[in-house]
Amino acid sequence: MVHFSAEEKAAITGLWGKVHVEEAGGEALGRLLVVYPWTQRFFDNFGNLSSASAIMGNPKVKAHGKKVLTSFGDAIKNMDNLKGAFAKLSELHCDKLHVDPENFRLLGNVLVIILASHFGKEFTPEVQAAWQKLVAGVATALAHKYH
Amino acid sequence: MSLTKAERTVILSMWDKISTQADAIGTQALERLFASYPQTKTYFPHFDLHPGSAHLRMHGAKVVAALGEAVKSIDNIGGALAKLSELHAYILRVDPVNFKLLSHCLLVTVASHFPADFTADAHTAWDKFLSIVSAVLTEKYR
Repeated sequence: MVHFSAEEKAAITGLWGKVHVEEAGGEALGRLLVVYPWTQRFFDNFGNLSSASAIMGNPKVKAHGKKVLTSFGDAIKNMDNLKGAFAKLSELHCDKLHVDPENFRLLGNVLVIILASHFGKEFTPEVQAAWQKLVAGVATALAHKYH
Repeated sequence: MSLTKAERTVILSMWDKISTQADAIGTQALERLFASYPQTKTYFPHFDLHPGSAHLRMHGAKVVAALGEAVKSIDNIGGALAKLSELHAYILRVDPVNFKLLSHCLLVTVASHFPADFTADAHTAWDKFLSIVSAVLTEKYR
């Protein structure tokens, strides 16, 4: 089980307080679909994904990105029990959505990159390390119920 | 996988900016690598890896200089990095998984230094470029 030190928790919650979840969520999901186009396989019904600008401006992408990142916010409130917090979502992603867990790792890293671009110097190596631990923990928790 | 004309243009234009801070970027990417992925330190038992150390600055500069060579010969990265490819295959033998980790940390560093330039298209171009560099560096492994 992942254990977060007090410093790591502070690094994570400190930054999270300043994140615009709606904006950042759309950006993260959008970039995932742009940089790793094969991830578009899960979103056939999202309409126009034909170019980077189409994807980043797509309202369904923005809405879904917001949903995903809001859920991430729940992870931050439950850092000591990520597996428990994501049990239901894990079952959903396996049984209904059929998402390869590798995609959780890809999205986690895209999120880290977006945080770096938003926070610049403030996103120090130590802050990044805490976030890498979090996104890895979330990815693992989301894959935990796979069978 | 190869770079489109547009992707090459993006990389070349951003490289002008990046090269003005090359050493800092190389050093910071390594600091991020060792902080987030401590297992990567196992390849550097002979280095002082404290942030700001001379070893880190030297090695960071080396890594970015090599990327610069790849950018200069962006149409023939294999040729530009042939010697480095042999070095990694026969001498260094860094496990291939680590190239992804360093590539990610380079992207994080570039994103934090040049947020306005690091658009979704630029992000794609750089991710692809670093994947190609990683493939070249591991192509002689076996």
